Amino acid sequence: MSEDKAVLRAEGLGKTVDSPEGALTILDDVSLAIGAAETVAVLGASGAGKSTLLALLAGLDEPTRGSVWLDGRELTALDEDGRAALRAARVGFMFQSFHLLPSLTALENVMLPLELAATGDARARARAALEEVGLGRRTGHYPRQLSGGEKQRVAIARAFVTSPAVLFADEPTGNLDTRTGERVIETLFEMNRDRATTLVLVTHDEQLAARCGRRLELDAGRLVTDRSHA
Amino acid sequence: MTAVAHALRTLARDWRSGEIGVLAAALVVAVGALTAISFFTDRVGKGVSLQAAEVLAADLRLRSADEPDRALLDAATDRGLATARTVGFPSVVLRDDDSTLAAIRAVSEAYPLRGELRVADALLERGRPIDGVPPPGEAWADAGLLARLEADVGDSLEVGAITLRVTRVLEYRPDQAAGFAAMAPTLLMNIDDIPASELVVEGSRVTWSYLFAGDADDIDAFADWLEPRLGDGERLQDIGEAGQQITGAIDRAQRFLTLASLVTVLLAAVAVAMAARRHSVRHIDSVALMKCLGASQGFVLRVVLVQLVVIGVVAAAVGSALGWLAQLGIASVLANLVGADLPQPGGGPVLMGLVTALAVLAGFALPPMLQLRRVAPVRVLQRNLPPPRVGALVSGLCASAVVIGMLAWVVRDPLLLAVLTGGVAAVIVALALAGWALVRVTARLRGRSGVAWRYGLANIGRRGGESVAQVVAFGLGVMVLLLLTVVRNDLLDAWRASLPEDAPNNFIINIQPEEVDSVRALFERNDIAVPEFSPLIRGRVTALNGTSVRELDLDDPDARQFLDREANLSYTRTLPPSNRLTDGSWWSGESVAGGEAELSLERDFAAALGLSIGDRMRFSVAGESFSGRITSLREVAWDSFDPNFFVLIQPGEIEAYPTTWITSVYVPRETRGALLELVREHPSVSVIDLEALIAQVRDIMDRASLAVQFVFAFTLLAGIVVLLAAVQATRDERRYESALLRTFGARRSVVLNGVIAEFVTLGLLAGLLAAAGAVAVGQVLAVQIFGLDYLPDWRVLAGGPIVGALIVGLAGTLATRSVVTTPPVRTLRA
Repeated sequence: MSEDKAVLRAEGLGKTVDSPEGALTILDDVSLAIGAAETVAVLGASGAGKSTLLALLAGLDEPTRGSVWLDGRELTALDEDGRAALRAARVGFMFQSFHLLPSLTALENVMLPLELAATGDARARARAALEEVGLGRRTGHYPRQLSGGEKQRVAIARAFVTSPAVLFADEPTGNLDTRTGERVIETLFEMNRDRATTLVLVTHDEQLAARCGRRLELDAGRLVTDRSHA
Repeated sequence: MTAVAHALRTLARDWRSGEIGVLAAALVVAVGALTAISFFTDRVGKGVSLQAAEVLAADLRLRSADEPDRALLDAATDRGLATARTVGFPSVVLRDDDSTLAAIRAVSEAYPLRGELRVADALLERGRPIDGVPPPGEAWADAGLLARLEADVGDSLEVGAITLRVTRVLEYRPDQAAGFAAMAPTLLMNIDDIPASELVVEGSRVTWSYLFAGDADDIDAFADWLEPRLGDGERLQDIGEAGQQITGAIDRAQRFLTLASLVTVLLAAVAVAMAARRHSVRHIDSVALMKCLGASQGFVLRVVLVQLVVIGVVAAAVGSALGWLAQLGIASVLANLVGADLPQPGGGPVLMGLVTALAVLAGFALPPMLQLRRVAPVRVLQRNLPPPRVGALVSGLCASAVVIGMLAWVVRDPLLLAVLTGGVAAVIVALALAGWALVRVTARLRGRSGVAWRYGLANIGRRGGESVAQVVAFGLGVMVLLLLTVVRNDLLDAWRASLPEDAPNNFIINIQPEEVDSVRALFERNDIAVPEFSPLIRGRVTALNGTSVRELDLDDPDARQFLDREANLSYTRTLPPSNRLTDGSWWSGESVAGGEAELSLERDFAAALGLSIGDRMRFSVAGESFSGRITSLREVAWDSFDPNFFVLIQPGEIEAYPTTWITSVYVPRETRGALLELVREHPSVSVIDLEALIAQVRDIMDRASLAVQFVFAFTLLAGIVVLLAAVQATRDERRYESALLRTFGARRSVVLNGVIAEFVTLGLLAGLLAAAGAVAVGQVLAVQIFGLDYLPDWRVLAGGPIVGALIVGLAGTLATRSVVTTPPVRTLRA
């Protein structure tokens, strides 16, 4: 991957936190570049630093060392609001526990990132996104009225509705049974193909990792494997 | 725009899920308490300014203790003004063997010059306006007066030396209520009957009024002409001044009641802080997600602000509606004390309610909610991150600033504000310490109880801070209500019981010098212990230490009033029995002709005027003036009911001035007929029944304290809201615990009993605190104000804890029940 074509690039990325036992290094000297429309699985044991890497790449947290570029802009040079604005415009998210706002309906949850990015026509676009994931009839339901699979499909609609350059997903099937998980993954990859979105997935699921074009493995905070599938 | 839309959308949802109900309820209670007072006083104030001219029954009024020069009336007529005369005084009115004290108002033909009289033709009939006044030989009486005498229209009443036939029921006269109605009911009669009645003689305690009305310019010109011609003791009142006096009284009442309602606001604010803290904790994850999706700090801030403003506005509207309803209650309780028909209140209180709601939100809800701005977006991945901390200093400062700001707004006096702020802080600390001690002791008892009680008591101990807040909030509400109901009555009873059996029960005033002997003989004839008679001379203080009283700047309103009015002066050779000399020495002998008389002043009165031994006072009596030097100060036992005076004068020259005599006497019930005999033989003598007077004072206090209870009912409500806020704050925790307990095999009843035990205990503690506080305040009042030994009433000591346990037990259990009854599987799965 040539660096100038990279949608996402990290250089010498490290994160150290204070703990009762002294300074603790969670992530150490990680450098990588991810191109447009790539699908990347991030694997590793619990505590290997997968979520920390995801947080740093998405600008949710600040690294102790190193830099991150997203869509050509240096994330690590921006303040919190600057990073938020960049996320609103170029980044989508999916989480293990769905993270839908309980006080908003499915439709309103999907509209939220459009509204935060001050995009016009939010309602129509959100409705279209929900129809695309097969939830056109459940737009007025609140999260507590939806099943786990339906919640995650709302989350997919929310993640793709802004046509992000990069979509980060943290264990997207972790809370779903196998069959539901498979269906969700199917939808995810389908939309990734249609929109040429870069997909960065943190997962324990080997099957899911196998569907990705590239595999990053972390061990004790260090990047030990970076392998592209044939 | 999206921040507003998002704020409203999530707010609507939070509202439906009951999230912000407690927050809003606390604000509603605070606004309700404040606006109830404000609406009510606004109505009274409006009534006063609308009726300012009616209060005088004229545009201009000349008042004096002696009848002014009639030439003034002619001068006014020459200038094209309308005129009327009135004279008013208290007197006993008789019907057969019944008698009662009435406010006699004798008026001339043209009365009233402004406003109108309303009368009914028979008792209980509807009143109607009427032109003219009672003709000679007739009188119009208040329904209250007729009731006291069991009389009706058509009956005859003895008034002084004459008999008047009651021809109408007097429903309203314009100058009846200078804001607050006179205590005695009115009898309206014709001023031409006054000479024959023999009620008004030299030295009688009467008030003459000359009324003038006309064009504003003519009135102003006439007032300018009249002012320099006023004699000693003559005062001119125009509409502005009449209104001002009443407005001052209303203003003072309003400030007192508003201060009282600030207690409620403070408690409600505690509930607001608790609810806001929970609200922000519950929203941390949502905010983290929004920031993850691209929301800026500014967006989060705007959402929080919009939500708070909307909550504030809605709560202010609902609270104002509640306040409006409550003021209807206050107005109906005080209907007889305040002029009859009050105009509707204006919108001012609503604005005040809104400001209060927003201020409480800014001081107590904003600090914890502002922390949401600082939530780290990475929380979406790391749920175990600690929430951002609320700076105790910042939130403490915000809250204190709001509380002090509100106090300052009500008090408007830096010194009083400092004292009050200190006082409020001290009371809160004292209550919190007491509450803390109670909670600690209770928590230790848990080892000695069954499983349900152990669970309940453990909860009280574990949630120490919230428990203390609940105990204090409730304790304060119950304490004030106990003070207003039980302790107040106990103190009055104790005071009355402390009076000797044969304490005087009647004052007899306006006794002419030549009547003293025959009054004395009448007492002897009727086996009534003959009391001391004291001379009474009406005079004015004109100068203190050579400075004219007009130029004196006095802070004490009572002292000012004493100087502005005719004062009661007396002379005596010996120190009266209910007096004790505290400074200087008592005089011997009489004053020297042409020299200075010695003066003895009541101690507190001297202090109010800034006078001490050696100072000089100048008096004017019946147009002549004399001066004296203070040689002693006295302490007076006022509740002896002996005639007592602020100023006593060395006998001698003073005895030459016009004098009436006054005495107080104990008349046993079986010889009360002697008083009727006295009034018939001496028409100008007035008998004032102290029992009736005390009953009237008590009635006024009952009504006033009932009105104040309306205010403190809000305090109790605020206590309940604090309880709800505390319950809500621990809801998730309780739900989880209850699910665990039930999973481990505890029956539902055990968990529920634990909850009941917890809240009943909290209520008992709050009640205990309330009872102890009420008894302590009662004790202080007893010793400081009444000088009594006060034994706390068992009803207070038992009632406080019982009331507390009942209310808190019931409210807490009801609020927590749904938590306990949720199936455990649902809680644990979530």
